Amino acid sequence: MVEAKGLGLTFKTGDGDVVALSDVNLEIKRGEFVSFIGPSGCGKTTFLRVIADLEQPTSGSITVNGTSATEARVNRSYGYVFQAPALFPWRTIENNVALPLEIMGYADADRKARVSKSLELVNLEGFEKKFPWQLSGGMQQRASIARALAFDADLLLMDEPFGALDEIVRDHLNSELLKLWAATQKTIAFVTHSIPEAVYLSTKIVVMSPRPGRVTDVIESPLPRGERPLEIRETPEFLQLAARVRDGLRAGHSYEE
Amino acid sequence: MRGLMGGKTVPVLIVLLAIVLFWYVMAVVMNAPWQNTLNGRANLTDVPLTEFALQTFTQDKPVLPAPHQVIGAIWTGLFGSAITAPRSLAFHAGITLGATLLGFGLGTLLGVLLAVVIVHNNASDRSLMPWIIASQTVPILAIAPMVVVGLGAVGVTGMIPKALISMYLSFFPVVVGMVKGLRTPEQIQLDLMRTYNASPLQIFLKLRWPASVPILFASMKVGIAISLIGAVVGELSNNAGGGLGVRLLTGSYNGQTIQIWAALFIAAALAAILVILVGWGERLANRRMGVRA
Repeated sequence: MVEAKGLGLTFKTGDGDVVALSDVNLEIKRGEFVSFIGPSGCGKTTFLRVIADLEQPTSGSITVNGTSATEARVNRSYGYVFQAPALFPWRTIENNVALPLEIMGYADADRKARVSKSLELVNLEGFEKKFPWQLSGGMQQRASIARALAFDADLLLMDEPFGALDEIVRDHLNSELLKLWAATQKTIAFVTHSIPEAVYLSTKIVVMSPRPGRVTDVIESPLPRGERPLEIRETPEFLQLAARVRDGLRAGHSYEE
Repeated sequence: MRGLMGGKTVPVLIVLLAIVLFWYVMAVVMNAPWQNTLNGRANLTDVPLTEFALQTFTQDKPVLPAPHQVIGAIWTGLFGSAITAPRSLAFHAGITLGATLLGFGLGTLLGVLLAVVIVHNNASDRSLMPWIIASQTVPILAIAPMVVVGLGAVGVTGMIPKALISMYLSFFPVVVGMVKGLRTPEQIQLDLMRTYNASPLQIFLKLRWPASVPILFASMKVGIAISLIGAVVGELSNNAGGGLGVRLLTGSYNGQTIQIWAALFIAAALAAILVILVGWGERLANRRMGVRA
């Protein structure tokens, strides 16, 4: 689904170059749930933005859905969920979800059906006519996920979508996201800085480290695919996996600075 | 009673009363010299103060007309004659209103168009903005006669020259406001549109334009008030076409101070009404766009 080879990205700034990504080699297979975890500055968001063609790599190559990242964007082959809901405040929830459909020229009836199906997937039925400010933060982020699902792209890119939410809401949304993933069979790339979140959600965990941003470990999860009750987080397998992720983060992170 | 005291009614009334009182006192003071001359000619001596005050309130061409004289002139001006008669203030207010609205419409359109160009083209930001700002540093009183006379020479008279002056004044707040307004969308919203591969036109219609609506209305409130000023200033340069500006001009030629004040008050009330109407438009738009009440 996504394949990066020797990918590098250097930002030119006023006080010198910043290496955001260096020599990233990675493959995301169809149907996987891949988490990117690492401290700030490790390039996890940048990598997601490169997949989305929101940033241009300065070296290496990337293919998305078998094409270049630009073509993939033009073909609308992914849905992107940002750190903030980025809902348009002047649109009702249903009209926010309909936004990509309007832009992509879906017919009226199809649009309506897709909006209600997407809102159903994120359990937001009954809030169609509300404006964003009338919803809680968690509901707003769910609406933004519905918006990314509306045009049914195979790939879902999520950039710390639950980072701003409290832990209880986050737990709830995490288990809902897993159900949604099972129901839609999508490929998900998910950026987070929470170890439990990464371990709970993923089939594959990519551990990254900063200065320069690089991949230090790729862990295939031994946890069962599909249904994962929240209690799975107390099992030995889960804790072992979390410990390995933590070790990976510690190894890549130089605390001397 | 408590409702009155707790609300805003009492303070507003007190301030209004103070202004009216001050006005009457000033009317006595400012009209006193001429009244003394009149009384001297008529051999009236030792006029009691209350009677003297009443005399100063009833002069034909007072230096400062008393409020009731102005209100009387407004009343007869508005309702004393047919609305089509040149004596009717309503007739003149209508002429000014027409030029104001046409100029305001054109000015708003021009302002929005310029803002769209500036926001979408970096070069025009640098090249247009200085001229737009410079345009407003030239005194409108100097430009207005040139516009009116110049256009008159090529046969364009009546409402158009005045509307152009209104436009010249009112496009400015709109262009400055809308440049800001069209740039309100956050990077994250622009990125979102990019992930949809939205065209520039779609980005404009679905993101930039709706995001700028609050600023558009704020700019239009300023714009419509100065449009009226533009129309009146335009009328001052040509007393053939009628309008509130012409009433001000003929009033000052003939020392008809009451007429001047009446026209001034009508103009002020007209501006206030127009601003309120734009405010209603804003409230309507806000409700449709789900702005939190």
